[in-house]
Amino acid sequence: MSAPEVAIRAEQVGLVLDENRILDAVSIDIRRGEILALVGPNGAGKSSLLGVLSGDMPPTEGRVLLDGRELDSYRPIELARRRAVLTQENAVTFPFRVREVVEMGRSPWARTPQFEDDQAAIAAALAKTDVSHLADRRYTRLSGGEKARVSLARVLAQRAGILFLDEPTAALDLRHQEEVLRTAGELAAGGAAVVVVLHELSLAGAYADRIALISAGRLARLGDPATVLTADLISEVYGLDVEILTQESTGRPIVLPKRAPHSG
Amino acid sequence: MRRTALVVGLTITLVLGVVLSAMAGQLAVAPSEVIGSLLRAIGIQNEWAPDDPVTEAALLVVRFPRILMALAVGAALAVAGAVMQAIFGNPLAEPGVVGVSSGAALGAAIGIVFGLTALGGWSVAALAFLGGLVATLLVYFMSRANGRTEVVTLLLTGIAVNAFGGAGLALLLFLGDSASREQIIFWQLGSLNGSRWQEAIIVFVVAAIGSVVAVSIARRLDLLSLGERNARHLGLNVERLRIWSIVLVALLTGAAVAFCGIIAFVGLVVPHIIRMIIGPSHRGVIIGSAFGGGALMLFADLAARTLIPGADLPIGMLTSLIGGPFFFWLLFRARQRSGGWA
Repeated sequence: MSAPEVAIRAEQVGLVLDENRILDAVSIDIRRGEILALVGPNGAGKSSLLGVLSGDMPPTEGRVLLDGRELDSYRPIELARRRAVLTQENAVTFPFRVREVVEMGRSPWARTPQFEDDQAAIAAALAKTDVSHLADRRYTRLSGGEKARVSLARVLAQRAGILFLDEPTAALDLRHQEEVLRTAGELAAGGAAVVVVLHELSLAGAYADRIALISAGRLARLGDPATVLTADLISEVYGLDVEILTQESTGRPIVLPKRAPHSG
Repeated sequence: MRRTALVVGLTITLVLGVVLSAMAGQLAVAPSEVIGSLLRAIGIQNEWAPDDPVTEAALLVVRFPRILMALAVGAALAVAGAVMQAIFGNPLAEPGVVGVSSGAALGAAIGIVFGLTALGGWSVAALAFLGGLVATLLVYFMSRANGRTEVVTLLLTGIAVNAFGGAGLALLLFLGDSASREQIIFWQLGSLNGSRWQEAIIVFVVAAIGSVVAVSIARRLDLLSLGERNARHLGLNVERLRIWSIVLVALLTGAAVAFCGIIAFVGLVVPHIIRMIIGPSHRGVIIGSAFGGGALMLFADLAARTLIPGADLPIGMLTSLIGGPFFFWLLFRARQRSGGWA
């Protein structure tokens, strides 16, 4: 088996905003064909790291390379054909229909040969996120979970080789959480590089190929789930005693806070 | 289906509006004479054309240029409103409400009072454009946070800009001689009275080119509905689109205000109605607004000059009379729907 192909490489990346240090000397490779989960406590810098890796914010130190070329040398449209981003903020100003919103995901491919795939890409994305039945509804009238899935559909329709998902499961119920990460897994299996910010450590443990644990702007540890999700490390970073169980069927780690038994 | 209904409806309204506007006035003209005169003007001799030179003059010198002006001003203001709502990410943005028209009127008034004629007949129009541009930029950069504009901030900024524009106009009224005072008051109220061919053609050309440019960026404006960050992720050069859109809004508003004064709420009411009929996709909204704005202005102007016999009411007053309550209703609904002011 050949070495995994690096899509994005961050080298000693630092970020200082308004004299606050947000990120400090983070080096990380994003590889095609795998899911990389970014986890860490609130305010650790996960979303900022995602922003730097996806080209939203230029780092104040170090550099980020996409396919060997500095990220900020790409024009917006070139970036849009290579990477898609699902943000946490997905309000739509006017009452567009769901299909129209998902169709907007195809706009980077206008006037290219890939334009031919538009209808197929839209239909596939709607089906993948279980929102085909909402296609003719107004986006502004949907529930929070439905909006989240439609936004994911838009990102999938973009058909970029690198996906950034910022807490894609936050508004979703149990079944749809699993489906989103299974979809991410299928995309990775198909050769995509997937970076996903997750709060739920057990989800990261179940689906990620590698986990990057961020703490106070630094990369506390990077590796496979078993290496990162250890009771000592998680307890220390989150300031909460946890225990690690193993799901028998998959051998994947499950993280649970230690709780006192209910008395009386 | 709804698109077809809109096209048919607008076509009928426009034709009806043009014929009615040409007929009504101190000198009554028969509909056949209107059509005859129009046909003759484009080189088709016919029996319907009026023989009476007074009728012919009333149509060609007074009414037709005024009709063209109404169509052009309505289109310019409505398209400016639609583009503004797209870049502000807020359906309540409108050149009159947020102060762009005030800025343009202030620019025009400065030109009148100080007799600035560096650009000849274009001086006042150019100053109106500049005033509108400064006001748009001001409102835009004052009222934005995190890639969107909240209703409260937008309206408060509008109040501030309108107050400043109003104060400037008051000062100029105080400084100016009686002739320029009269002109400034005309600007504050808005009127299509005395439109001449030359002016009407200028506004028409600006409105036509502006509308075509707006249609050509319609798909990009759609993407802005997702928020700036998401639009950027889809490859949109947000900064460039923003700057060009602001120039476009200022140009359209400036052209309308320079010759007809402040006519508020057209840019709010028209795009909103079009959006309710055919949905929010900007291509349709902009094309519909261009024609719908023209139709609305035509009938508003018809009302302005026929409601009270022998008097020419200021059209800006009329549109505000209708637009004010409409705006109030929109505000009320926006608050109910989102449970707040966002």
